[in-house]
Amino acid sequence: MNVITVNSLSKRYFLGDKPANSLRDTIAGMVNFSASKRRRTELWALRDVDFTVRDGETLGIIGRNGAGKSTLLKILSRITKPTHGTAEIRGRVGSLLEIGTGFHSELTGRENVYMNGAVLGMRRPEIKRKFDEIVAFSEVEKFLDTPVKHYSSGMYMRLAFAVAAHLEPEILIVDEVLAVGDAEFQRKCLGKMGEVTKEGRTVIFVSHQMGSVAQLCQRSLLLDKGSLAMEGPSPAVIERYINYGKEKNAAYTADAAAMEREVYVRSAAVTDAGGRECDAFRHDEAMSIKAECGVNHLLRGTELRMVIRDRRGITVFTADAELGALSDKTETFAAEFGIPANFLRPNSYSVTLALFVPHQHIFELLEDVAFFSVFDGGTKYAQSEGMDYGVVFSPCTTSVRPID
Amino acid sequence: MNRSISTENSDLARRELNGTGVAERPITVMRPPGTRLGIDWSEIWRYRELLYFLAVRDIKVRYKQTAIGVAWAVLQPVVSTVILSVLFSAFARFDTRAVPYPVFALAGLLIWLFCHSSITMSSNSFIGNTNLVTKVYFPRLIMPAAATLACVLDLLIGAVILAGVMLYYGTDLTWQLAAAPVFFLLAFILAAAVGTLFSALNVRYRDVQFALPFILQIWMLASPVFYPTTLLPEKWRAIFALNPLTGILEGFRSSLFGTVFEWKLIAISCVSLLFLTAVSLLIFRKMEDDFADMI
Repeated sequence: MNVITVNSLSKRYFLGDKPANSLRDTIAGMVNFSASKRRRTELWALRDVDFTVRDGETLGIIGRNGAGKSTLLKILSRITKPTHGTAEIRGRVGSLLEIGTGFHSELTGRENVYMNGAVLGMRRPEIKRKFDEIVAFSEVEKFLDTPVKHYSSGMYMRLAFAVAAHLEPEILIVDEVLAVGDAEFQRKCLGKMGEVTKEGRTVIFVSHQMGSVAQLCQRSLLLDKGSLAMEGPSPAVIERYINYGKEKNAAYTADAAAMEREVYVRSAAVTDAGGRECDAFRHDEAMSIKAECGVNHLLRGTELRMVIRDRRGITVFTADAELGALSDKTETFAAEFGIPANFLRPNSYSVTLALFVPHQHIFELLEDVAFFSVFDGGTKYAQSEGMDYGVVFSPCTTSVRPID
Repeated sequence: MNRSISTENSDLARRELNGTGVAERPITVMRPPGTRLGIDWSEIWRYRELLYFLAVRDIKVRYKQTAIGVAWAVLQPVVSTVILSVLFSAFARFDTRAVPYPVFALAGLLIWLFCHSSITMSSNSFIGNTNLVTKVYFPRLIMPAAATLACVLDLLIGAVILAGVMLYYGTDLTWQLAAAPVFFLLAFILAAAVGTLFSALNVRYRDVQFALPFILQIWMLASPVFYPTTLLPEKWRAIFALNPLTGILEGFRSSLFGTVFEWKLIAISCVSLLFLTAVSLLIFRKMEDDFADMI
């Protein structure tokens, strides 16, 4: 039986000027005809989306930022109305669009549990019944009668998630909440989600963490620019999502000013093993950083350096290419840095390229010239995706033997 | 074959777990705005606990953040009454019949300060709770209603002070006192209606927060808060009563002081109040669908 039926759902927003946010503008608009006809850019956050969700199913929704995921969830949780189309939902919907809504810093933990429960649609007897469980889950027993403004952000998050997690809606909508909190807590949250799924509740799960989506959802939707790009078993949809990056350019091309330099990077790109430009890889895929350089005057000792940094800005490694093999007559040359499969952990990375003579001169320094990301293609670490396991997979050898 | 059996079983188990079968669950349909104009009162009733919690939260927060707490609820009407009494016994004297002016003024101020504070509070109720509006669904009408409800406590505290002052001045009480709660109720409806209207307007037009104090000031001067209606010529009083506050204040004072009810004024004010409430709800209903996108 379908519990959610979405029918050519569309939502339009107007960009630029909001529809007259001050009385003066409205009055001006009424008086001055041309003012009211000011062109507004329309944006279809969702366009003719159709899908259904069966009872007890866990559906994943993935897509890039701005693909319409949040808008879809907002309509499903009744926060905003669609421009066209309908969405039919059977049963109580609980949304974890953002945990802690309705929390007030002046109120104590206890008061906030009741307040938040009411906001999420729980009845008082229900909250009372689950109160101890909520408190136990959140691990803030000692501070229940302290205003939450004195809580650490971790405690605040735990309490907020605890309330939301104990809401027992027939349909649960979860949006990226797992991205918060420490690792221990994240594991707990994922566990709770799994529990909810096993209980036969319907869950809609939106996340950028492909590993979690693959683990929790049998079926997923891929949204792209407001339209439904694909629907099907999660692994296939995730594959398609990752491949989206391959159609995009993860590349750099030099402008005229750069070409005046003695040596310069003419173009740079991140490619996959097949040589296609690409900005997203599975962890078990090899990748290359390719750079084509132009030479006007080659100084002895010039090197091409590549630095890979992760999204926190931490340098993962540095690789240098000696240019000694080039003759004086070389006008252009190509360099390639190969990064092996199973080396970089799932994360986002940036590439920095530099042409320089050590301790003497820097000809070219291209900070963050290209970006790419590595996705978890199914490691055992995917279970607690988002946790810090380091930047690279460990090449460390291990041996275990009993001691007599 | 096996598979279908196991699905059926798990379906059964699920049904037991959830108490109700999927088919019996209530259906909600999300449609484009403007397709329904009525207000779903039964839904608001289902959300009554949220209304209560929001009101309690407003009260708690208000008094936790202030240095002297609940004393504000006492101080405001008392100080205003003293100022008005000094002012109007020294300069202009109103004919308030047998009623001592401080009692007369306090009675008016009680209702007025309630309207003033609850309208101010509800007009900010959405803007001050942006994350609630953009993150969860609840019948939006709950928000200004809760803000108005939260001000009732101040009204009740004020009523106790008024009772004390009336005792002090030895005001004679009559059976008409029984009608006083009715005028409290009318004042509540008035404050809720105007508050609701301004809460919606404020989401769309931020000018409202600058205009509102000004509007309230004029409204107070145009209402018999610190002067009696008898100040006006007979023929103007009916027009004066188009302001719902006129009838409410008149009626409230009559029930306190045992004077004759001016039924005509009260009736005009009630009709006007009904009209105002209907218009407020209609405008609110028209605007509420866009709150989450506009705020």
